[in-house]
Amino acid sequence: MPTIQFTYALKRFYPGIDKLEVQAANVGEVVDLVEQHYPGLKAYLVDDQGSLRKHVNIFVDGSLIKDRIELMDAVHENSEVYIMQALSGG
Amino acid sequence: MSKNLLFLSTRKGLILYRKSSDSWNYHSTHFPGIPVTLSYIDKQTDTWWACLDHGHWGIKLHKSIDQGNNWEEVEAPKYPEGLEVKEGVPAINKYIWAFTNGGSAQNEKLLIGTIPGGLFSSMDNGKSFQLNEALWNHPSRKEHWFGGGFDHPGIHSIVVDPRDSNHYYIGISCAGVFETKDNGQNWIVRNQGLRADFLPDPYTEVGHDPHLLLACPAVPEVMWQQNHCGVFRSTDGAKTWEDVSQKEGPANFGFTIAVHEKNPEQAWVIPGISDVIRTPIDQSLVVCRTSDGGKNWEEQRNGLPQKTSFDIVYRHALDISGNTLAFGTTTGNLFLSENLGDHWTCINHYLPMVHAVRFAQV
Repeated sequence: MPTIQFTYALKRFYPGIDKLEVQAANVGEVVDLVEQHYPGLKAYLVDDQGSLRKHVNIFVDGSLIKDRIELMDAVHENSEVYIMQALSGG
Repeated sequence: MSKNLLFLSTRKGLILYRKSSDSWNYHSTHFPGIPVTLSYIDKQTDTWWACLDHGHWGIKLHKSIDQGNNWEEVEAPKYPEGLEVKEGVPAINKYIWAFTNGGSAQNEKLLIGTIPGGLFSSMDNGKSFQLNEALWNHPSRKEHWFGGGFDHPGIHSIVVDPRDSNHYYIGISCAGVFETKDNGQNWIVRNQGLRADFLPDPYTEVGHDPHLLLACPAVPEVMWQQNHCGVFRSTDGAKTWEDVSQKEGPANFGFTIAVHEKNPEQAWVIPGISDVIRTPIDQSLVVCRTSDGGKNWEEQRNGLPQKTSFDIVYRHALDISGNTLAFGTTTGNLFLSENLGDHWTCINHYLPMVHAVRFAQV
């Protein structure tokens, strides 16, 4: 199953957050499954309309996802997904 | 009983001061390092609210039912799926700019104003929120509302009539003042007498920029606003507005205003030079008070910096409780007066940028 890892910055709001394995075929499904494990976390990652927040980045197997609106980038059986925050302020 | 707590919503957290004997002292910091845009102490439900703007992670709403010992995040109001501010611009809650209880007749009702222009209500003390569709679908919104300082319009003021919870006003930058008499089902534009010097037609029906809208709590038909284009007052519940700016003096451009709780003739503003030069006039910080409904203004400088001040006071960053006024500034100063502004004391020079200041009794 794909593994999901999170930026340390989210530990402030979810102290127990840790690596996950979820059965997902695309990034949108990953986000929905993450929400099941950590209720409320989805709203930290996507906006009211479900698009990735401007300063959140998601990498799948080392590449930044291309579809930030619908989150349809594919996730494969052995994919590694990293949920990160964009750097700001130097 | 006079209020004994001061809530400072700042760029680096929610900072509380407490009055003990004769002095105001630092009490506690909540959400350290996180921008807090607004806080609200709901006497009806004994709930403290804090509105956060994480930047990376979006806006968040937290509440405490044990006076700040513990905070719980609740889901912030969200715009329904598919809604657009304008064609091609998705509606996303960017900022909570106004927060109030809906009135004593409906204890658990909350009203929340946001950027990009949506008004939300909750009937269950924040467990769920509903967008006010009548306002969102107002025929003026898409064509005549626009952002002032922000990319999109926002509701920064909600004034609930203390005699009737179904009757309230909102202030929108930029659109103007809107009134409802039926709990938000219908909205009446209340901009008559205002002036929008930044538009080709300054007397347009919609498109005005009230920076902050208030009513005198004891005489709520007397309303005041610090507008982008001056200070305006209404004595007929916003049906008509009169320009009460000081023509040759400082009481003109600014963001904030305070109104005496019992005396509808008395109000305070804290001016800047103009919209294009947002600093105090002559680098001298001044509070202007009127005690005759805006006919005359007196300058209150005692205790305020008079040579090298760059302080601007945001719209929610001035509050009054009895004879006590307090304001926080963009450069992190907190000033307080116990005598209606006759003399000011600097409580702290070293705060973060102050977004909002509120007194409370605990």
